[in-house]
Amino acid sequence: MNHKLTDGGNVLHVGTLARVEGEGAMHIELRDGKVTDVQLRIFEPPRFYEAFLRGRSFTEPPDITARICGICPVAYQVSACNAIEDACGVSVSDEIRLMRRLLYCGEWIESHALHVFLLHAPDFLGYDGAIEMAVDHPTVVERGLRMKRAGNQLMTLVGGRSIHPINVRIGGFYRMPETAALRAFRPVLEQALEDALRTVELVAGFDFPEMEQPYEYVALRAADGYPIESGAVVTSSGAAFEVRDFPRHIEEFQVEHSNALHANLDGGTRGPYVVGPLARYTLNHDRLSPLARDAAQAAGLGAVCRNPFRSIIVRAVELVEAYHEALRIIDGWTGSAAPSVEVPPRAGEGFGASEAPRGVLFHRYVLDETGIIRDAQIVPPTSQNQSSIEADLRTLVEGWTELDDHALQHRCEHAIRNYDPCISCATHFLDLTVDRG
Amino acid sequence: MSATVPDPGGHVTVAVAARRPKLAVWKFASCDGCQLTLLNCEDELIPLAGSVEIAYFPEATRAVVEGPYDVSLVEGSITTPDELERIQQVRAASRRVITIGACATSGGIQALRNFADVAEFRSIVYAHPEYISTLSRSTPISAHVRVDFELRGCPINKSQLLEVLAAELQGRAPRIPSHSVCVECKRRGNVCVTVAHGTPCLGPVTQAGCGALCPTFDRGCYGCFGPQDTPNTASIASRLRVHGMSEPEVVRVFRTFNAASEAFLRESERHEPPTADGPTGEATP
Repeated sequence: MNHKLTDGGNVLHVGTLARVEGEGAMHIELRDGKVTDVQLRIFEPPRFYEAFLRGRSFTEPPDITARICGICPVAYQVSACNAIEDACGVSVSDEIRLMRRLLYCGEWIESHALHVFLLHAPDFLGYDGAIEMAVDHPTVVERGLRMKRAGNQLMTLVGGRSIHPINVRIGGFYRMPETAALRAFRPVLEQALEDALRTVELVAGFDFPEMEQPYEYVALRAADGYPIESGAVVTSSGAAFEVRDFPRHIEEFQVEHSNALHANLDGGTRGPYVVGPLARYTLNHDRLSPLARDAAQAAGLGAVCRNPFRSIIVRAVELVEAYHEALRIIDGWTGSAAPSVEVPPRAGEGFGASEAPRGVLFHRYVLDETGIIRDAQIVPPTSQNQSSIEADLRTLVEGWTELDDHALQHRCEHAIRNYDPCISCATHFLDLTVDRG
Repeated sequence: MSATVPDPGGHVTVAVAARRPKLAVWKFASCDGCQLTLLNCEDELIPLAGSVEIAYFPEATRAVVEGPYDVSLVEGSITTPDELERIQQVRAASRRVITIGACATSGGIQALRNFADVAEFRSIVYAHPEYISTLSRSTPISAHVRVDFELRGCPINKSQLLEVLAAELQGRAPRIPSHSVCVECKRRGNVCVTVAHGTPCLGPVTQAGCGALCPTFDRGCYGCFGPQDTPNTASIASRLRVHGMSEPEVVRVFRTFNAASEAFLRESERHEPPTADGPTGEATP
C-alpha cells in the first residue's frame, strides 16, 4: 500500500500521493527523454450522486450534495441553491445573498488555510507534512492553524457546523445568526486578517520553478466584488456566457483511466482550460479589495498570474480578501432580514454555479411540477482541471528526466498539489508510475 | 478536551512508560469530511502528535511508518472489489479498528444504490459504464471485518473523536452516549420544534452527538447520526404523517446518510408502495 520501487528504476510505482483530498494515481511514460504519455488516474470510487438525486425532492440537494466533499460542502450547497432557485424562478434577497457569501468566506478560509499551511507549504520548505514542519517552524504552523480555525468558527456561526453545515436551505437559511454573535466575532477575523497579510509575505519568499501556463483560464465574474457565491462565466480568451449556457460551452467526456469525467471548453480546440485561484485572480484582479490588491503587488504578483507554483501566493491573497470581505459583511449587517424566501416548486430546468475554493462548480437540475428531480448534473472543479494537470506534468517532466525516481516523484506531487486537487469531488490516493521504456 | 489528551509537556512520562501508540487513518468511499475532523482539531493536533505517532495519514503527510498499527481510524464504506481486499489488509495490520462516520458505520449516502439497479446508475453518470468497477451495494466496515468501536455522524463530532482517542490512550471505554437527540435538545433548553411548531423531526429516533444542532437552528433533525439504541421508528413515522409528510417523503427522510442502518432501512420499507416483487431494499448483513 505504500511506496515501493520496482523494475530496477525503469518503472516507478508509488502508492499514495499524499496531502490531497481523494484517491488517484499518476502514470508517466518516458521514451528517450521525451514524455510519451501522462495519465492522471482517478480511482476514487464512484458514488453516483447524479443518479440517486433522481426521484429526490428539490429541497434535498443542499444536504445531499454537501456530502460530495467534506472540504467544500458550502460550494455544493450554494451551487445547488442557485440552480434550484433558477429552476423555480425565484430570486433571494440581497441579505440572503450576503449571508451565503459570509458562510462561503468561512469555507474559502478553512480550505485555503488547510492547503497553504498543511498541504502545500511543506513542499516548499522540504517536509513530509505540517506536523513534521511544526518541529522547526512552530510559529508558522500555529499561525496557519489559527487562521484555519477562524474559518471553521465562521462556518459554525453561520452554518451550525463547518463540515456539512445544517443551516442552508433552498431559499436561504433556517435561521439567521444573531447580529451580536457576528459582531462579537470581529476580533478573531481582525487577528486572522493580520495573520493573512503576514502569510502573503511569507509564501512570496518561497522558491518557485519557472513555468508559464498557456492554457485558457475560466472563472466567474460578478456584477461587483470578487466572485464567490455567484457570477457569470468569463474566460481569458475573451469569451463570456451566462451560467445557463455552461452546458453549451463545457462538454464532459469520459476517459478509460479515470473515474472522474474530463471536460472540454468549446470543443477543446483551444486546448485544456483551468479553473481555480489562478483563473479567478487573473480574471478578477480589478475586483480585489485595495488591501488584497496591494498585498498581491507587494508579493510580486502582477494583474495576471500564470505560474501554477505561485498559486500558493494567490491563495494567501484570497485569504486576505476572504477575511476582509467577512468583516465588511458583518459591519454592514443590520439583522433585520427574513432568513428565507418561499420557493414554490414548478416544472423546469435550472442552472447554478459558484466559485468553490478550487474553482467553478456547476449544477443543473430538471424538476417536475411537484418539485421531484428528474435529472441532475454536477461538474466539479477538479474534474475540469484534470486535463491541465496532465498537461503541466507533460511540460514539467521533460525538464526533469535527469532526476532520480524519488526526486521526480516529489516534484510531480508538488506540481499536482498546485491545483489543490479534491479527488473526493472528482478523485485521493495518487499512485505514481513512471515507465522509462 | 485538551485536558483529556496529554499535552507535549506531559509526554515525557508517556515516553518513559512506553513508545507512543501508532495511529493510522484509512479512507474508503467517502467525502473526506470525517478525517478532516482530525485536521480541524486546530488546538489539539500538535499535542496529539506528541501523544501518538501519526504513522499513516496520507491526507496530512507523505511520511509512512510501517505497520502494525495500534489504532486505525477507518473512514468510508466498501463499494469496490479493491476495497473488499484492502479492508482485510487494514484489519490484519491493526490492533484496534475504529470506524469514523456514517459511511464506515452504516454504508453512507452511497448506500442509496442498495435500493436501485447499479448498472442503471452507472449508465446515468458514465458514457462508458464498462470502464467503471463497482459493487452493487455499499456496505459498512463491520460487514467485512471485526470493528472495535463505531463512531457515528455525518460528519463525526470533533469532541467525540477526541474522546475516543483519549479513551484509546488511557485504555478505557469511550464515553459516547447512545441516547436520542431529544436529550441534547432538552439540555440546551430548546423549545421542541415538533411540539411547538409542528416541524417534522427525527430527533427522538436519532443518536445524540451533534449537540442538537438542527433544532437549535429551528429545523427538524434529519438523522445524520443514525438510529439511537432503542428507536421507535414506527411511532415517529406516524408523527411525521400527522405533521404533513406524504408516504414517499417518509421513505426519503429515512433514506439519507444512514439509509442502510437496520432501523431506518426497515422503517423506510414499511412506507414504500407495495410492488409485485415485494420490497426493493436489501437488508444489511
